[in-house]
Amino acid sequence: MKFTEEHEWLREEDGVIVVGITEHASEQLGDVVFVELPEVGSEVTKDDEICVIESVKAASDILAPLDGEIVEVNDAIVDDPGKVNEDPLGDAWFFKIKPAEPGQMDDYMSEAEYKTFIG
Amino acid sequence: MPDLKRTPLFDLHHALGAKMVEFAGYEMPVQYPMGVMKEHLHCRAAAGLFDVSHMGQVIVRGGTGNGAEDFEALVPQSIVGLAPGRQRYAFFTNAAGGIEDDLMVANRGDHLFVVVNAACKAGDLALMRAGLPGCEVVEITDRALLALQGPGAEAVLAAIVPGVREMRFMDVIVAESAFGELWISRSGYTGEDGFEISVAEGPAETLARALLASEAVAPIGLGARDSLRLEAGLCLYGNDIDTGTSPVEAGLDWAIQKVRRKGGARAGGFPGAARILDELENGAARRRVGLAPEGRAPMRAGVALYESDTGGAPVGAVTSGAFGPTLQAPMAMGYVPADLSAPGTRLYGEVRGKRLPVLVADLPFVPANFKR
Repeated sequence: MKFTEEHEWLREEDGVIVVGITEHASEQLGDVVFVELPEVGSEVTKDDEICVIESVKAASDILAPLDGEIVEVNDAIVDDPGKVNEDPLGDAWFFKIKPAEPGQMDDYMSEAEYKTFIG
Repeated sequence: MPDLKRTPLFDLHHALGAKMVEFAGYEMPVQYPMGVMKEHLHCRAAAGLFDVSHMGQVIVRGGTGNGAEDFEALVPQSIVGLAPGRQRYAFFTNAAGGIEDDLMVANRGDHLFVVVNAACKAGDLALMRAGLPGCEVVEITDRALLALQGPGAEAVLAAIVPGVREMRFMDVIVAESAFGELWISRSGYTGEDGFEISVAEGPAETLARALLASEAVAPIGLGARDSLRLEAGLCLYGNDIDTGTSPVEAGLDWAIQKVRRKGGARAGGFPGAARILDELENGAARRRVGLAPEGRAPMRAGVALYESDTGGAPVGAVTSGAFGPTLQAPMAMGYVPADLSAPGTRLYGEVRGKRLPVLVADLPFVPANFKR
């Protein structure tokens, strides 16, 4: 599992990358009340704003962590946004992306590095 | 946080694990570990304790009678007609018919007790001192103000002051207690039954801890205070009403008693009376309305409202918006032209470049639960 400075986690699974937000991010956001996900099949470029997440406090964007194609999204968190607070690292993944090129994940942080990053 | 004022409950907020933010120059709890959503629901189901000590507490005395006649020069409410032991919602108006602040004013026999918004405190004191030349205007700075709100509030407070059981909505009493003299009103800003309790700063934390010792009571931060008042259809000064909104535009007609309207015994005589009295008879060009987004996306303050899903200029804007934990849907309030203010009118709010449908809705979103 790798972590971005934008508080996303990335996990490789059968040649695609599953992406969600970290527990730290979900705690900082507070209760999530709305999620908007990208369309399946869309081609995205790293740092594109591809998801919207709104909590009781504010709206934030989730950026594409790498170049690639969105191959699956998790509609369950659209129907029940509270899942993002309950299980951010598991059931409440956001989307699966097929990387345009391999190796794009390598530069992201390990779990230990991320823990240091968030202090 | 440097340069921010603290309330007498500051240490308690820290002990309870609150997340603190700046609000109106004070360092205040926005939420506790329970989180905004659960705090909100807990308040509606049981009881919530709020620190509202940042609000201004003011005693007005002297002038003619207990100051009530003088006070009517500043507000369009009937203060002379307010019985001893009763409180009423009021607002200071300005010469243009706008609202300088909204407030609670209580008749406590030989004087008036006034509670004003934290952000407007200095301005309100200046306004009262200038506008009430025959009166003494005293800011109370050595007392905390707590709000205990929710269906469980009466039972919890009655264990300390049994007399509160006999109070009805908007009654005020002064009661002796183990925590010194308490100034209690049966009121609040959540749409729930409940009380606001002014207590000397010394025993304030002990009183708060005594209330929190009850299983029914959880501490509630500013986050849930905002969603509770919005579900109840209540205005937040600075967002939904301000110096540029008139009471009639804001839908606060109900708070202006007949005796101060055209034909009343004490009609007019407050700042902006010409405009306000005219709007009471003929309506205002725009109105504050409830707004129910049809989708799940919240529409927050500042979202522009349109008549059509494409083109055209904005017809209004959202002034408060959030997700309603009890409503289980997004909710908002905003201003629209009078001819678009009927409940059920479909408008479009522009969120992240997309026009999303929203219906004008009746207020409140969640019915009030007062003890009349």
